[in-house]
Amino acid sequence: MNTPKFTLVLAAVAAALFIAFRLIGNDYLFFAGYTVLQYIVIATAWNILGGYCGYVNFGSAGFFAVGVYSTVFFYNVGQQYDVPLPIPLLMVIGGIMSGLLGLGMGYLTLRLRGVFFAIATLALLVVIETFVVNWSFVGGSRGAYIIPPSEIPVLGVFIHYLFLLMLGLVVLSLVAARTIERSSLGIGFATIRDDELAAEASGVPTLRLKLIATVVSGALFGMAGAPFPYYIGYVEPGSAFNLAYSVNAIAMPMIGGTMSWVGPMVGALLLSTLQQVITVTISSAANLLITGLLLIGFVILAPKGLVGLWQSFTAKGKRS
Amino acid sequence: MSQIMGQSVPEEAIGDVPLLAVEQLGKRFGGFVALDTVDLAVPKGQRLGLIGPNGSGKSTLVNCISGTLQNETGSVTFGGQRLDGAPAHRRARLGLARSFQLPRPFRTMTVAENIRVPLIYTVGARAGVHLTSSELEDRCMEVLTLVSLQDKAGKNPFDLTQVEMRKLELARAMAAEPKLLIADESMAGLSHSEVEDIVALLIRMNERGVTIIMIEHIMRAVMAFSQRLVVLVSGRKIADGAPEDVIKDKDVVGAYLGT
Repeated sequence: MNTPKFTLVLAAVAAALFIAFRLIGNDYLFFAGYTVLQYIVIATAWNILGGYCGYVNFGSAGFFAVGVYSTVFFYNVGQQYDVPLPIPLLMVIGGIMSGLLGLGMGYLTLRLRGVFFAIATLALLVVIETFVVNWSFVGGSRGAYIIPPSEIPVLGVFIHYLFLLMLGLVVLSLVAARTIERSSLGIGFATIRDDELAAEASGVPTLRLKLIATVVSGALFGMAGAPFPYYIGYVEPGSAFNLAYSVNAIAMPMIGGTMSWVGPMVGALLLSTLQQVITVTISSAANLLITGLLLIGFVILAPKGLVGLWQSFTAKGKRS
Repeated sequence: MSQIMGQSVPEEAIGDVPLLAVEQLGKRFGGFVALDTVDLAVPKGQRLGLIGPNGSGKSTLVNCISGTLQNETGSVTFGGQRLDGAPAHRRARLGLARSFQLPRPFRTMTVAENIRVPLIYTVGARAGVHLTSSELEDRCMEVLTLVSLQDKAGKNPFDLTQVEMRKLELARAMAAEPKLLIADESMAGLSHSEVEDIVALLIRMNERGVTIIMIEHIMRAVMAFSQRLVVLVSGRKIADGAPEDVIKDKDVVGAYLGT
């Protein structure tokens, strides 16, 4: 399937989902669904650097939070001059901010490999959080309130609008991931994952490609984070820099499978839905515990994730 | 890419200038002198053998020429162009290819995809070249046929035998359509007939106009292949000349047998 066709199919599926949710008419579905969609974007964003290039980013929450606080910042600026900025624009701005952060992080850390790179990204997360905690314009450690408009033209309920925006972002990020995967850029990314020295010797400009990966990945994180203040209404560093984002960003692609765009989507759909169910039925604290256990289980038993399991299952079926 | 175009010298203009000129090259690792003012000029079309005991700096020299490591003193000139500080991928695009001592295939890709990488990123990145996907396919099979791996195109590199893995390593270097190929110990651990196989392959490539530097311990292969032999010992070049003369050289015999 070529890219325009794939985009159309994906958009049709998204539209069908939205219409189905509207017909059911329960706003809780939209609230829970928003989180699931947000995690699809986060998992896909992580996978572009972590799965395709093999660079494990532990600071996903930092990139997400830069998107969140970019919205808080521009919301506050908008309040001062009485020009409220539309959320789609704030998403673009958040994407640019986190993309720039990705570029900066790339220049500083991409000469590190493996665990050293992971530690550097974790350090970056701490640095950004410290910065935000001490910046009173965006609320500092007190936090900041964002007041969402109560009524939205056409759609009516505000959460429907947010859900629709996130749905659009899911389509965008999945199309981006799939396009990258099938292009020569994706082949270049895979050579970096497999063997960087051999990649350079084969003419692959590894540093430039890694920078592209950090920028695209960072931008998607930022765009996922930008509408979050509107979703939650009150942002403080503890929620924006929540470790759950970093852990889930790694766990979801790992559980789904890191080799293709399908893996992070499947992983995020399953794990995030499961988390929503657990939050309601058991407790929100059990969330990360379950995630951690699943992650350990998959890393040991099925390192290629659910997609890998499915592939080996279908391959066996063909053989017999 | 425009940079490469702007700097490149047409082949006719090179004339007597050697394809590769290494001048006063030096490289240290901490206090250890790996290379000590090495000079080496390789004319176009030559088959050069490079030998030396373990730890004599052969691989370091290859790494400095191909850009995997950067030399600290001296210079590397390729096709009339100074390479100081140029990253490995730019050197590859200029026509400088290498194979690794231990094969380093892209492990999550098939054999054919391994070959496609240099076709896309080296050949395809050169000025004025655009490969369509069917051309890419043809060239890929052509290269694989040259090393008789055409039946393994869809296989994973780890399903290959040792000798096939070595051939894949060479094929990937050849796919970049290099002017100069450096084969770093591509025969270590191979059987008698397999060594002959690889030597024949390298000579075939040389006949297609590729200048080749072969690093090897297996003297039979070195003598069969080389038109000229260079000996490195402790980071210094101690002999350079016709293979028959070099192996009789007092210093060379001394370095190997420890007289």
